[in-house]
Amino acid sequence: MTTWDVIGTVLLITLKSFVLLALLLVFIAYALLADRKIWAAVQLRRGPNVVGPFGLFQSFADLIKFVIKEPVIPAGANKGIYLLAPLVFATLALASWAVIPLAEGWAIADINVGITYIFAISSLGVYGVIMGGWASNSKYAFLGALRSAAQMISYEVSLGFVIICVLLCAGSLNLSRIVMAQDTALGLFGWYWLWLFPMFVVFFISALAETNRPPFDLPEAESELVAGYMVEYSSTPYLLFMLGEYVAIMTMCALGTVLFLGGWLSPIPFAPFTWVPGVIWFALKASFLFFMIAMVKAMVPRYRYDQLMRLGWKVFLPLSLISVIVVAFVLKLTGLAPGA
Amino acid sequence: MTAAAAFFYLFAGVAIASGFMVIASRNPVTSVLFLILAFVNAAGLFVLMGAEFLAMILIVVYVGAVAVLFLFVVMMLDVDFAELRNGFQRYLPVGGLIGVVFLIEILLVVGSWTIDPGLVQAPLGNVAAGENMTNTAALGRVLYTEYVYFFQLAGLILLVAMIGAIVLTLRDRPGVKRQNIAVQNARTQATAVETIKVPSRQGVEV
Repeated sequence: MTTWDVIGTVLLITLKSFVLLALLLVFIAYALLADRKIWAAVQLRRGPNVVGPFGLFQSFADLIKFVIKEPVIPAGANKGIYLLAPLVFATLALASWAVIPLAEGWAIADINVGITYIFAISSLGVYGVIMGGWASNSKYAFLGALRSAAQMISYEVSLGFVIICVLLCAGSLNLSRIVMAQDTALGLFGWYWLWLFPMFVVFFISALAETNRPPFDLPEAESELVAGYMVEYSSTPYLLFMLGEYVAIMTMCALGTVLFLGGWLSPIPFAPFTWVPGVIWFALKASFLFFMIAMVKAMVPRYRYDQLMRLGWKVFLPLSLISVIVVAFVLKLTGLAPGA
Repeated sequence: MTAAAAFFYLFAGVAIASGFMVIASRNPVTSVLFLILAFVNAAGLFVLMGAEFLAMILIVVYVGAVAVLFLFVVMMLDVDFAELRNGFQRYLPVGGLIGVVFLIEILLVVGSWTIDPGLVQAPLGNVAAGENMTNTAALGRVLYTEYVYFFQLAGLILLVAMIGAIVLTLRDRPGVKRQNIAVQNARTQATAVETIKVPSRQGVEV
């Protein structure tokens, strides 16, 4: 490989990353708006409807507002770590998207250990939270950070076992291969959401807890901790936390799409439906998962902290661990195991 | 210089620099954060060697779990490091001597160390690694076929350690009200509510 080849590859990857980043951020701007609109509709309100037609530019107005406000840094804060925390949080959340295949062959890096990469990156997200909470030098922020970290670590365990169940069925850690393994003549009934339905439920609830979404948004329980780990943040650093949170939610939606909803595959596996580009199916499926997450926010009251921990450690962990064993045995005994 | 070499020097350089900063920085929290940076760079080195599964597991286990616990402990404990440093001058000769002994030992060991050519092939044993097998699959095959007893033994030791830690820290405190959700859900009107007819001016004993 000559030097020019290397430079060309680097430029191509950079270009792809920028395109993906731009699309993702616009998608998230509208996901945020959709979140508020759905929430409002459930409560018989109108939601944001002032900026632009139907409030379509609300997220961009919010963005400008955040950026031009003054960032306030608390006097006792550890300045370096305080400013590093939101950057770490947002960057790590965005980094997961490098391996997600939006359509056949549409991943920036189609690596062999794609799913482990996402798992590793999302387990790093907890550092943004702890650093932010500690560096703020405020007891509310610190307690919020500890709660949030404990919660994220707890649910990561069951999330890992759920992923192992899917891996056993698909026989690969590569996200594209996992999607291909779901490509059967059964169409939407051949995807893993049906075959591993209990695991799909555990995945969905763990994803809510992992991304600190209601009903598990204890880190920012406004009645006790005012706003959790980000109480001292304002302006752009706060925006980065907020952005990171929504990117993490979209990552979980995309991961759920890849693992359980057949990624870019068409739900009905014959002619007029298979002509639709895969990326559209992918976006529709991810949006469907996001809609469910938004509805949960509107309908379910917040969990108490000990109940949250009980659910994670005493219900989901044994359930998903037993499922791994059951799935492995069933695959082995029926001879359905891939590569067997 | 190829791209791989450039990345090697980047990862290795940052890893060594952050390793130095772990012991040099004044704030214990900063030390742990530099330790995390060192772990991440070590994972980068694994990726360069083509061991991508090990790299990811290093991040999940060490950075995602172990270092979080370090960080918790360091943040929660109020360690006064200025006080710890007071004895620095006094202990310097002894500590320096131990350090020098270790350095000499390491130099002697590494200097005379050669890899047995037979050993390089040995770990794979008779588990044939296919040409297009990913290293995750190769690793799994070696662990679960050739070395399955050692693997089980390692798992057993970890289990014993875990049970030991739980036994040491678990205290059964009497007089603490615990919530039993199954019992709560099993309550019916008959077991939970009692209707009492109160005789006028006499009251009842409950």
